[in-house]
Amino acid sequence: MKIIVAIKQVPERDAPVRIASNHKSIDEADLNWAMNEPDAYALEEALQLKEKNGGEVIVLSAGPERVGSTIREALAKGADRAIHVLCDDLGSRDALGAAKLLAEAIKPENPDLVLTGLQSEDLGLGQTGVIVAELLGLPHSTLIVQVEKTDAGLKVKRELEEGWFQHIELPLPAVLTIQSGGNKLRYATLMGIKRAKMKEVRAVSAADLGPAGAPVLTLENISLPSKQKSTQILPGNAKEAAAALVEKLKFEARVL
Amino acid sequence: MSILLVLEDSGGKIRRISWEAAAAAQKLANGAGVTAVVIGAQTEALAAEAAQRGFAAVIRLEHPLLAQYTADGFVSALQQLIQKESPAYVVYPHTYQVRDFAPALAARMGQVLIGDVVGIEEGPTFTRQLMQGRLNASFKPAGSGPCFVSVQAGAFRADGTGSGASAPVSTFAPTLDAAQIRTKPSEPFRGSAQTVDLGSAQFIVSVGRGIREAENLSLIENLASALGAEIAASRPICDNGWLPMERQVGSSGQSVAPKLYLAVGISGAIQHLVGMKASQCIVAINKDPDAPIFEVADYGIVGDLFEVVPALTEAVKAAKG
Repeated sequence: MKIIVAIKQVPERDAPVRIASNHKSIDEADLNWAMNEPDAYALEEALQLKEKNGGEVIVLSAGPERVGSTIREALAKGADRAIHVLCDDLGSRDALGAAKLLAEAIKPENPDLVLTGLQSEDLGLGQTGVIVAELLGLPHSTLIVQVEKTDAGLKVKRELEEGWFQHIELPLPAVLTIQSGGNKLRYATLMGIKRAKMKEVRAVSAADLGPAGAPVLTLENISLPSKQKSTQILPGNAKEAAAALVEKLKFEARVL
Repeated sequence: MSILLVLEDSGGKIRRISWEAAAAAQKLANGAGVTAVVIGAQTEALAAEAAQRGFAAVIRLEHPLLAQYTADGFVSALQQLIQKESPAYVVYPHTYQVRDFAPALAARMGQVLIGDVVGIEEGPTFTRQLMQGRLNASFKPAGSGPCFVSVQAGAFRADGTGSGASAPVSTFAPTLDAAQIRTKPSEPFRGSAQTVDLGSAQFIVSVGRGIREAENLSLIENLASALGAEIAASRPICDNGWLPMERQVGSSGQSVAPKLYLAVGISGAIQHLVGMKASQCIVAINKDPDAPIFEVADYGIVGDLFEVVPALTEAVKAAKG
């Protein structure tokens, strides 16, 4: 099976988030970057499918030069080769624009399966995989926690809300978005990191994948969320704050 | 301006989150009528239920191939209806099902879904969250054609969408062919036997990534036992297998509303907040003062949970004598 995994590089989880002065993006200075965790689960699923059924795992990521480090990480974990769509304006493209880049990069590869995480940790749109499927004319399913190869194609386990699941059968080629928790994530081994340096990373310029097109959605403004409740922050060291909290819970909130 | 509202049902009833989306659609309509759509193979009862909720009209989007949800069936059927009605806005509740098909339908019509909307302001502009709830971003549709919007759970109050005169009901039968539907879904089933009912717990101590390692969970267990509380967790803790999935609170786990919800080391992504916002009293302990959990907390302690939790355990024990 030839599997393409679309991976996004996102700000590290604990990175301090500052709004840029134009109020339309976040300030990227001093940010550290990491692999989007749901995409790491998609990569894990791809690697396990390859281990069971044979084939090839190709990593696909769009973004500027810095994305190279995340691509190397995926190669170190066991992906065979990579495609890097060089693109400095990913942030100004809407979900359709970003998905078009990925779909155009995927087309000439004719993969059996395209996997990606269910959503990104920065924008959280949760749309890219579904739009890529639509653009490629492929069937898709989302929030998948288990993938099994069958004679007819795939049998997948889809997560529904509130602890419910559902099995779905679909033919190949197909696109799946992977939910976290289905597998345990692997770490890159020292040998893997060494090997990754030898693996092919093909750079493709975004401009070569067609015109960006005008976005359908424009981002007007980024702001800090307003508080839904007025939170009383209890001051002092751990012991003082804990004692103050118990007082409040007992005599003010009356829940203890 | 016309607005189509796509209602989602479950077990033969319209889901509550659909009425929240209805409130958002009514706000967007600003006095003009909203047309509600029910989808399925037999939609008479759903349409009758929807007709009592103050809509201008109800459309039954009906076909035998819509008996079970499939993305292919829903995209094609809704596309045909939208082309006939040409609404300015199409509004959905933001559910797992909508996440599965709405982005594809929007793309097929050259549009982009504005997903997870938590607010609608003048313009209109639509607010959704970025960076796991740390930031809000407002969006405006720039193109022509229908604007697709899905509304996050808990963002709009469903109570406002009351009854009115019974709305006229019509039926629209899309043209669908079995060969179009490429996925074969089977019946939904429950994950694991539920042995814990967090929904009825009075006190919950809930733990997130801040706990760092499974070994550190004993801190949480001690606090929970001092309080007489159930232990719950955010998704990553259950993904790692540190606690069973049935203790997960949030959109993919259980929804809870205890007297006291104590969130320890949980940043408060929207998927978690929707499962616990209704708690009577919320306490957050987190080292990051900007963590979104503080937006819904009544009381907060900004600090290192490895110091605060043991101190709190002692203070609770002392108070309970």
